[in-house]
Amino acid sequence: MAALEAQITEWRDYVGRARGVRPPDVEEMEGHLREQVDALSTAGLADDEAFLVAVKRMGAVDALSREFAREHSGRLWKQLVLTPDADAERAPGGLRSALVLAVLAGLAVHLPRLLGGGLGEEELAAVYLRNATLLVLPFLALWFALRRGLDRRQLLVVAAPFVLAAVLVNAYPWDRATSTGDSVAVTELLAAAHLPVVLWFAVATASMGGTWRSHERRMDVVRFTGEWVIYYTLLALGGGVLLGLTALVLEPVAPGAVEPVFEWVLPSGAAAAVVVAAWLVEAKQDVVENMAPVLTAVFTPLFAVVLAASAVTYAVVAVRGEFHREVLGVFDALLVVVLGLVLYSTSARDPGRQVGLLDRLQLVAVASALVLDAVVLAAMVARVGDVGWSPNRVAALGLNLVLLVNLAGAAWLSVRFLAGRTPFHRLERWQTTYLPVYGLWAAAVVVVLPLLFAFA
Amino acid sequence: MHIDKDLVAASATPLVLAILSEGESYGYALAKRVRELSDGELEWSDGMLYPLLHRVERMGWVTTTWRTPDEGRRRKYYALTDAGRATLADQQRQWAAVTRALGGVWERVAAPQPTPGLA
Repeated sequence: MAALEAQITEWRDYVGRARGVRPPDVEEMEGHLREQVDALSTAGLADDEAFLVAVKRMGAVDALSREFAREHSGRLWKQLVLTPDADAERAPGGLRSALVLAVLAGLAVHLPRLLGGGLGEEELAAVYLRNATLLVLPFLALWFALRRGLDRRQLLVVAAPFVLAAVLVNAYPWDRATSTGDSVAVTELLAAAHLPVVLWFAVATASMGGTWRSHERRMDVVRFTGEWVIYYTLLALGGGVLLGLTALVLEPVAPGAVEPVFEWVLPSGAAAAVVVAAWLVEAKQDVVENMAPVLTAVFTPLFAVVLAASAVTYAVVAVRGEFHREVLGVFDALLVVVLGLVLYSTSARDPGRQVGLLDRLQLVAVASALVLDAVVLAAMVARVGDVGWSPNRVAALGLNLVLLVNLAGAAWLSVRFLAGRTPFHRLERWQTTYLPVYGLWAAAVVVVLPLLFAFA
Repeated sequence: MHIDKDLVAASATPLVLAILSEGESYGYALAKRVRELSDGELEWSDGMLYPLLHRVERMGWVTTTWRTPDEGRRRKYYALTDAGRATLADQQRQWAAVTRALGGVWERVAAPQPTPGLA
């Protein structure tokens, strides 16, 4: 009997170490194993024979582990490359390719400056405004393409948005004369602001292995994006400190060298960090994995409080006062942040967990943001009636609508989820289904909006 | 008889849902019931049942509770939800359509075939 116990303990430890298998899973399967052993013993088998048969029936642990990993990709999504035949653990580091591509990205950002010698300062600034992300993100997409081993057709799908965007934003005849005093057309500015979103979807396509079909992979993109932002922020902070210190050290001995350092090193560093942050997300996953739930847990209640207070204030003020003109942009930013929080906590949540305080607080935050936005939107629509459409208003209103629909859907599903009427899975599915809408809207602003307003 | 792996995988979810529609159950009992129902011809490694059960839980087709029976160890019980019942009904329709189509074609396959080339 003692021998059997020892064998079962050994089996349990072995299974417990497998990828994607958690302690409750082990407990569940151990119960299964024991009942099987009991049944076989009753049928006349000796303990060790019964154990062997039961383990055999349970199945090979590596196959089991793979199956668990596939079902619970959130538990170890760092093994993003769970290809159907993936006996291989995740693809080897990718550090070397990341470093090479990071250096290339760092060099590429200086191309317009080096090649466009004849351009004036303002023109050069406009070139950078339109092309900054086009110079950097292709390297990130390429890194993913290498890591995921995309075939030729998938490569084309990933490359197409970059090529199209590069051609369009540089070929459109931006009409700077009509703009008031600026050297940049309004629609040009809007296109430049929305272009990164479009290109990020191209990068996401590469990271998902060239297809948008799988909702699980889409959720992985959300996780990747959230963690990439965290890592990039950390890198930016560190880089900022480094550059600041460098400037202070150089100032006394070579004051003339400070400006070139900022001019050349800063853009290169910022571009290279884009790729390096992606590598960090994939390679050092578990570090952020511990941090992300903590961050959401800290900020969700804070946002809930601030938003609820603002919603009440605005609802009161709106009755009396009039809103400032640019306020819709601020609220777009607010909704983006709230949506980011919702998306990220959705992706970080263990679908099996019971409803908790955090889920309720998140609903408060979302509902408050909705109320706030509805108030502002009502005021804004009234204004547009007064003064007509402008590119800015169309872009701001459209974005607002896109976000509003998503958050309203999320709030509705949260209510049903909190009431126990729907599984958490439906919330995830809503977000992953909605994901392409952001890309499409951003693409519309880049491609269609300038045409509608004659490149003004 | 060896049943193709893909076929086993495809039938696993409807089979589990159907068994659960008879009443709540737990892993070992489910595996045993599958073996009984198929006269041992559906060969599963029992462990594979658990990722499958977790998936149907995530889809909201079953709910789970850990309970300790009067004698014995703590077990995780799975019970079908309304959504699970709806899915089961849907899967039943799909499988009925498949078996109907196959049934139609089997009859013809079983009939003597003209030798190719002479027809």
